[in-house]
Amino acid sequence: MGLLLPLIIVPVLTVIVIAFTRTQHQTRMTAAIGMGIQLLLSVNLVIQYLLERKTGNKAEMLFRKSWVWFDSLNIKLDIGVDGISVAMILLTGIVVFAGVFASWKVKNLSKEFFISLILLATGVFGFFITIDLFVLFLFYEMAVIPMYLLIGIWGTGPKEYSAMKLTLMLMAGSALILVGILGIYFNSAPDGGALTYNLLEIAKINIPLPAQRMFFPLTFAGFGVLSALFPFHTWSPDGHASAPTAVSMLHAGVLMKLGGYGCLRVAMFLMPQAAHEMAIIFLVPTGISVIYGAFVAVSQKDLKYINAYSSVSHVGLILFALLMLNKTAITGAVLQMVSHGLMTALFFALIGMIYGRTHTRMIDKMGGLLKVMPFLGAAYIIAGFASLGLPGLSGFVAEMNIFVGAFQVSDTFHRVLTILAVSSIVVTAVYVLRVVARLLLGPIEKAEYEMIEDGHWYEKFSTGLLIVAIAGMGMIPLWLTDMIRDSLDPIMTKLASSI
Amino acid sequence: MVSGIIGTLVLGTITVLSYFTAWQYFFTDGKVDGAYRAITGFNHVWLTLTESLHIDLGVLLDPISVMMLLVVSTISLMVHIYSLGYMKGEDGFYRYYAFLSLFTFSMLGLVVATNIFQMYIFWELVGASSYLLIGFYYKKPSAVAASKKAFIVTRFADLGFLIGILILSFFTGTFDFAALTNPSGQVLGSIAGTSFIGLSVLSWSMILIFMGGAGKSAMFPLHIWLPDAMEGPTPVSALIHAATMVVAGVYLVARMFPVYAIWAPESLAIIAFVGAFTSLFAAVIACTQTDIKRILAYSTISQIGYMMLALGVAGYGGEAGSGFTASMFHLTTHAMFKALLFLGAGSIIHAVHSNEMGDMGSLRKYMPVTAITFLIACLSISGIPPFAGFFSKDEILAAAYTSQPIYFWVEWFVAGLTAFYMFRLYFGVFWGKKTEYKHKPKEAPLSMTIPLIVLAIGAAAAGFIPFGDFVSSDGLAHEASFHWNIASLSILIALAGLALAAWLYLRESSRPEKVAAGFKGFYTAAYHKFYFDELYLFITKKIVFELISQPLAWFDRHIVDGFMNLIGRMIYRFAVAVKRFQSGQMQQYAFVFVSGVVVLALIILIWWT
Repeated sequence: MGLLLPLIIVPVLTVIVIAFTRTQHQTRMTAAIGMGIQLLLSVNLVIQYLLERKTGNKAEMLFRKSWVWFDSLNIKLDIGVDGISVAMILLTGIVVFAGVFASWKVKNLSKEFFISLILLATGVFGFFITIDLFVLFLFYEMAVIPMYLLIGIWGTGPKEYSAMKLTLMLMAGSALILVGILGIYFNSAPDGGALTYNLLEIAKINIPLPAQRMFFPLTFAGFGVLSALFPFHTWSPDGHASAPTAVSMLHAGVLMKLGGYGCLRVAMFLMPQAAHEMAIIFLVPTGISVIYGAFVAVSQKDLKYINAYSSVSHVGLILFALLMLNKTAITGAVLQMVSHGLMTALFFALIGMIYGRTHTRMIDKMGGLLKVMPFLGAAYIIAGFASLGLPGLSGFVAEMNIFVGAFQVSDTFHRVLTILAVSSIVVTAVYVLRVVARLLLGPIEKAEYEMIEDGHWYEKFSTGLLIVAIAGMGMIPLWLTDMIRDSLDPIMTKLASSI
Repeated sequence: MVSGIIGTLVLGTITVLSYFTAWQYFFTDGKVDGAYRAITGFNHVWLTLTESLHIDLGVLLDPISVMMLLVVSTISLMVHIYSLGYMKGEDGFYRYYAFLSLFTFSMLGLVVATNIFQMYIFWELVGASSYLLIGFYYKKPSAVAASKKAFIVTRFADLGFLIGILILSFFTGTFDFAALTNPSGQVLGSIAGTSFIGLSVLSWSMILIFMGGAGKSAMFPLHIWLPDAMEGPTPVSALIHAATMVVAGVYLVARMFPVYAIWAPESLAIIAFVGAFTSLFAAVIACTQTDIKRILAYSTISQIGYMMLALGVAGYGGEAGSGFTASMFHLTTHAMFKALLFLGAGSIIHAVHSNEMGDMGSLRKYMPVTAITFLIACLSISGIPPFAGFFSKDEILAAAYTSQPIYFWVEWFVAGLTAFYMFRLYFGVFWGKKTEYKHKPKEAPLSMTIPLIVLAIGAAAAGFIPFGDFVSSDGLAHEASFHWNIASLSILIALAGLALAAWLYLRESSRPEKVAAGFKGFYTAAYHKFYFDELYLFITKKIVFELISQPLAWFDRHIVDGFMNLIGRMIYRFAVAVKRFQSGQMQQYAFVFVSGVVVLALIILIWWT
């Protein structure tokens, strides 16, 4: 069966088994076991991948398998991974497993909740292993749709409004992507011959320039919406604020990365000439996202809004780095996807846990919580440090790749934007420390907070797992960065050939 | 308690190893052909960035890093021992020692960095441990605010540092100190020639790097975080905010010194000016403060200004390099006497439970060991021979005199101010008025007095180290000549400052108020630290928060999101309008159908005729 197919089969099987469970405990145990296996599979995949590369296998994608699905349109279930997708799969494995434990106490309809959650995860895993554009899109939709139900049913606040807004905006993005993908498909054989959806096949030919000019912006903007590209980011604050904890974790942690991944893998890889031409146009909104998100986060009062805007800023940095079109910056972008995925999942997990205890997310109504919940408080401070790019944690590694990479592009326009983006590290420090100070430090705000208990075992497990991953990536980054760098070669060659 | 003992034992081991390393380096392995060379212990790639740029982690030994190893490990060990007594029974004792260890680790990593990016990494880590330790009493709002301020101000400075590194590495293709500071300037050739708004790009990048150093070392105008940082436990102030972390900026400039001195003299001139101005500015404020830790904090700022100035007036190699030696010398002696002053202050606070000078007086009778060691430190910092501070300050003044006499006169005046404010503190606390204490102050326990005595020996005797033999800008031994004319001038003004302080504060009198009234406006301004806190508050609160962040948030909610909602509403409206066409009523459909036929028929008729 290979290493990749189980990554979709295991979640599907888990969903089926969950459908037959009777109690909440059975449900969550099944989910935990299923996603635990999934995490082990992901870790194993990383190891096998590195070993295979060590033997000198230089193929673009490893562990290739292919099944014909719809012959007349040349649609195949075609799977394979490189270092970038392996990194993303590992991230997803960790975040989903942590997410299951963060939703240990989901009260109503827990069976349906876990089913939707794991279906979403299936979509994400499928997205990262396919190299057939059509199937890729299919998995993408599979990840976006359960989000509507998850927010609409298990959410808080104006949940129907938020769910609707999020889904509609992402659907608008999907529409652009679909047009883009079809455009690529119909231009995939400019010299005659069979049309194909296969990424690697398309990469071998040059899509005619007029077609590139037309479909690059569509694809990039479409995936960009998912990565909260300014000004299409407004689904993010409302969506996150209403979403239940695990959904926020998965959404900000993994789903938003689908956007960056798609921009790189589909838009830039297949249409490099247009990427070169239009990078400057897209750099402006991404640059705005970085600095604008950070400044807006400074004056927010709701924990989830702070994090949503912080995500706008950090994910903006991913797209910003991609558009620098050099190896170091793009490596940084992929690292940032992993890093931001881990730390934002940790943030949202902690916010959910804090909300469960204080019943508010307003920072001015809280204070001094570190004293009553030292474990969760310390975890929040670590997440904050990761977010502001402290060395030794994951954010630093990603940001330094991005900044050094961006600085290699030496014209004034890029320089100015780069320096603006770099200065976001100060603004980030401002809002992170502001929250830490208001939320955790100082005297205890209300007498009833004295009664708050520190994390339960499942909460400590969930956050602990993420912290270990963040610190691990921050302290020993070389294997990961090398894995990603080496996989960028085909993309870099393609980009270089088109200048 | 166990955590404290483990921490102290580990640090004891580190100290022994540091001394052993220093011995080996200075006396057996370090010297080749009469010059100290740099030895790279090990150096591993930690992160690859581009084809040529990679961040390494390693250990670099050269005279200044070995000297810093000694300073950091010695002071840190003393603070570890001292804290066993000072922090006893404190809530979060183990947390305190964990943070202290984290700090020492980061500081040592910074000191032995082999490349500028490793230095930046540990630079950020010392900043974070400083944040954690300033905010150690996290239930106290003032401590929380101070820790936040310290981190953000230094972060802002580090932004300059980072951009400086980016520029420098872009043009030179390396982070490595060995390549960058090679006096031949091979890698710097191209960048030293390019110019950008009047200065070479290299000078700009070195100024930006200095900005990082100025933030950490609390140079004007980035000094505002240091006095507030006194909210941390006092031993922490001694270790981080007096002896080690705050001199990291000086160390950074010293580390990059060949680049500054040979290739970017414009930036070195800026360093000299900033150093001189800061030392004067902070000394003036120190004369007016009443919180004993804040007095010491401003004194620290002022003394670091001395060190920066000494680097700023120095040149590379030979006699011109004496400022470099002087700066490193002063760094070492200052670490001794300032740590001693802070630990002494800690001992006082421990006994009196207050930071305010007004609550103290005549303490010499109750705390003899503290009083004597504190006096030694005061004599040392004031530059009275034969204490350590006299020798290092004399070298700085001599270096300034030979290079730029104007700076000499400024620093000479500051030396007088230093003697004045230190003895104002000493007399005010240990002499002065007879205070009635609710609880009779007791001398501190042995764990606290032993470090005081050890440091007092250092503060008294460190001046006799022939420093120029070991540390110089080019690695060659450099004989420090003694300048009697300069020395006598500086002793004179130190004694004058001392005498003035004695006249005002030795006995309780109304003289201080009268003098303060004589300088009314100036005194008030200095007392309020020349309103710099207010200025920063205005920038952060009014401009960043109210003028940028809040309007942007409003814009995001109402304009950007409003526009998205508008699209949604328009589609909805459109749907409502279109809905009418499919009402399901036969009569309506028939009416529309017939009207359509009639209209079409009319059109055709008109067309045909």
